[in-house]
Amino acid sequence: MTIESIAQSAYLVAALLFILALAGLSKHESAKSGNTLGMAGMAIALVATVALAIDRKIEPMGLGLLAVAMVIGALIGLQRARRVEMTGMPELIALLHSFVGLAAVLVGWNGYLLVEGGASPAESLALSAQGTLGIHHAEVFIGVFIGAVTFTGSIVAYLKLSGRASSSPLMLPGKNFLNVGALVVFAGLTVWFVISPTLWLLIVVTVIALLLGIHLVASIGGGDMPVVVSMLNSYSGWAAAASGFLLENDLLIVTGALVGSSGAYLSYIMCRAMNRSFISVIAGGFGIEAGPAEDKDYGEHREVTAEQVAEMLNGADSVIITPGYGMAVAQAQYGVAELTRKLRDNGVKVRFGIHPVAGRLPGHMNVLLAEAKVPYDIVLEMDEINDDFPDTSVVLVIGANDTVNPAAMDDPSSPIAGMPVLKVWESQNVIIFKRSMASGYAGVQNPLFFRENSAMLFGDAKDRVEDILQAL
Amino acid sequence: MIIGVVRESNPGETRVAATPATVTQLIKLGYDVVVQPGAGQAANFTDEAFAEVGATLGDPLGADIVFGVNAPSNEQLDGLKSGATLVSILSPMLKPELVEDLSRRPITALAMDAVPRISRAQSLDVLSSMANIAGYRAVIEAANVFGRFFTGQVTAAGKVPPAKVLVCGAGVAGLAAIGAAGSMGAIVYATDPRPEVADQVKSLGGEYLAVEAADVEVSATGYAKEMSDDYNTRAEALYRDTAKDVDIIITTALIPGRPAPRLITADMVASMKSGSVIVDMAASNGGNVEGTVAGEAVVTPNGVTIIGYTDLAGRLATQASQLYGTNLVNLMKLMTPEKDGQLVLDWDDVVQRGITVVRNGENAWPPPAVQVSAAPAAAAAVVAVSPVKEPPPPSRRWTMIGVGALVLFLLVAAAPPALRVHLTVFALAIVIGYYVIGNVHHALHTPLMSVTNAISGIIVVGALLQIGHGDPVITVLSFIAILLASINVFGGFAVTRRMLSMFSRS
Repeated sequence: MTIESIAQSAYLVAALLFILALAGLSKHESAKSGNTLGMAGMAIALVATVALAIDRKIEPMGLGLLAVAMVIGALIGLQRARRVEMTGMPELIALLHSFVGLAAVLVGWNGYLLVEGGASPAESLALSAQGTLGIHHAEVFIGVFIGAVTFTGSIVAYLKLSGRASSSPLMLPGKNFLNVGALVVFAGLTVWFVISPTLWLLIVVTVIALLLGIHLVASIGGGDMPVVVSMLNSYSGWAAAASGFLLENDLLIVTGALVGSSGAYLSYIMCRAMNRSFISVIAGGFGIEAGPAEDKDYGEHREVTAEQVAEMLNGADSVIITPGYGMAVAQAQYGVAELTRKLRDNGVKVRFGIHPVAGRLPGHMNVLLAEAKVPYDIVLEMDEINDDFPDTSVVLVIGANDTVNPAAMDDPSSPIAGMPVLKVWESQNVIIFKRSMASGYAGVQNPLFFRENSAMLFGDAKDRVEDILQAL
Repeated sequence: MIIGVVRESNPGETRVAATPATVTQLIKLGYDVVVQPGAGQAANFTDEAFAEVGATLGDPLGADIVFGVNAPSNEQLDGLKSGATLVSILSPMLKPELVEDLSRRPITALAMDAVPRISRAQSLDVLSSMANIAGYRAVIEAANVFGRFFTGQVTAAGKVPPAKVLVCGAGVAGLAAIGAAGSMGAIVYATDPRPEVADQVKSLGGEYLAVEAADVEVSATGYAKEMSDDYNTRAEALYRDTAKDVDIIITTALIPGRPAPRLITADMVASMKSGSVIVDMAASNGGNVEGTVAGEAVVTPNGVTIIGYTDLAGRLATQASQLYGTNLVNLMKLMTPEKDGQLVLDWDDVVQRGITVVRNGENAWPPPAVQVSAAPAAAAAVVAVSPVKEPPPPSRRWTMIGVGALVLFLLVAAAPPALRVHLTVFALAIVIGYYVIGNVHHALHTPLMSVTNAISGIIVVGALLQIGHGDPVITVLSFIAILLASINVFGGFAVTRRMLSMFSRS
């Protein structure tokens, strides 16, 4: 048994632990142990790798740097994790994706410098003996490309989610042409690079990939951000897998492929929930369709006061709350949780209806409600609750708009036509918490506001919920 | 501009067209308000109360805008100044001679009972607001005459069965009656030719009795229309059966511009139990019940009381005045776009056009019809809903799988042995990744994503093996890569842990 073989078997164990971790996270009961298994797998992988590095005669100075880098990284990571607001989760996750992307670019560049750059002649000799030198060139190229796209794509997603960049889609002329063109150029350059691996080609492809990443995500509207974040998650996995090929490291390949395929599947699930084509979301096709004539007369909306809502809730026997991104923005989840507790104590049946794409991250609402200690068994998915609206006295729509838009069902010309929505309008009363009459992310007017059983409660969702609590 | 509020000339009228609360709002819109002394007396609003909120007491007929509840008397009309605007309930459809008379005068007349039934105009719809009150009052009148409890009780003195109430016509008045009778504990049945109201009846706790007929009605104007003979025969049978069983019948059936339909015949009344009560809310238009006397309560030989009061809303004068006054305020809001006390009649607005009977001495009645119900349009749209994509035909799917398999086969076959192993591992791991999260609970999407994110920090392994092997550039790059990936690994797991600890079951 050499250190090498011990490390390989440790990698296998780590890979299995990662699989179990993902499997564990698909159920509430096993989620916590799943996370623990993931941590165990990571610890084993790290220890084995450090041992391997020492075995491969790492310089003492390099070992010191390694330790310093890991400690600094760990401290930053733990501190960010402790400090992050649950409403800020989407941004944090997008930012973390960009780190993986950048790391993949750096690993790819190192691979180039080591072999093609001649820093490690022994390794290049070994590769040419195996006849895989050309494949190594391609692996470097592909790894850097995916990594760079992930990097800038995640940065743009981070900027959009944190409100530092406009969330409206960027509309360059011929954007599909730009995307496809970048891919074609990339394919051509790969062939060239395999034949003659020069440094400037690698620089060119890195720049192209960085630009492509920016353009890809910049041209996707804010409403599709949950899908984008999940897609970037998938990309970061593929980037890791590409690095695995480059380094001939099966652990990286397995883990990268796991993350890549699960992320892709998750994005697909979400696209299906929005009745949108996966390809068109990736290619940023959402915002293109302009609505039909928008000067339609929808009639007038009614307003209610917090006191009236409180009265209505007092008299209700069943209440459904459908939160959206607005609840996250207003940080209203604690007030909503308090309201839920009060109503439940009074014997009112309170449940939550969560649309699959509510918020800016898949499952965003669930996390916020969990943070505010709303029991998860009253938080239901759209499909579980959609038939219960007719028997519901009051629905509180808190900061949601497109996900409760009846136009998706009965206006075939609407840009969101066919998207499954929460049928809140079937209940007896709908109270919509909203800051103004502005339209939602999809830029579509919502006829729900003008229905006869709807009433608007204007203002900051958090303040309004507090007012209702006072009045109860 | 000055708004004048008249004291109603009609002797039975108790309502008034403004209350201190609505006067406040009118003043806010920029108007001066003159109230005729004693105008609010019958509705329990004193002159002092009006004066307190800023109204002047005096002669309202000299004002620019005159508010009334009913059509003014001839003397009042003669007193109006030239160019004045009269706003009140005018019933232009039923009183062509009044329209004639008004159009001979140099005034503008707006009929509050001609508001089109569109959502936007609901806040000015007097018929709705009055019908709501009348429906409630009808139940109260019935209860007053009825010799028993509404609610069923089991007491030491014996068991009391609940009263059974039939409400004919589930419009606003009917629904109000259903709600009032239901909340008093009665068992409520309701009929209506429009099947779409069944849900509304149910929502108020009533039971909808459907008439089994071919021509179910979807009204495009928001009002009921006259039904076919076949429908009427079947409806009659339903009423005949139900009348015997119920204790109280409240009829609300009105068709705009026509005499009220006869729903309950004399022999149905005769079949009812002694002590039963019928409230005919359509009495002023001829009545739904045979034997109704408008404005009076009569007792039939078999002891059934038929109440034909035509002033049901007025019997709740305070409430009715408040709601009517608010309707008027809403109209003024609509017609005072600048909130500067200047009345503007917008001829292009269907609501304002719809209520105008006379404009500057010209007869403007009847207005063009307004289609208000979205029902027929919606029915057409339903077909086109849910363009869910068809799954590709199986043949294409198999072709795609075949092509994929072939590409993979060629790729692996052509690869050198070292790569072949990696490709195998890669392909299998993709499949595992797909299946492992296939059934993920929706609520766990975010934790799952953050844990996969942490795991993809495994890229640190690559950098760990590259650092510290001589080349300074490589070492610096690796250092950065290790640092970034470590943030990911530790941050990702820690944040997942934090999130998961929040999920709790009640």
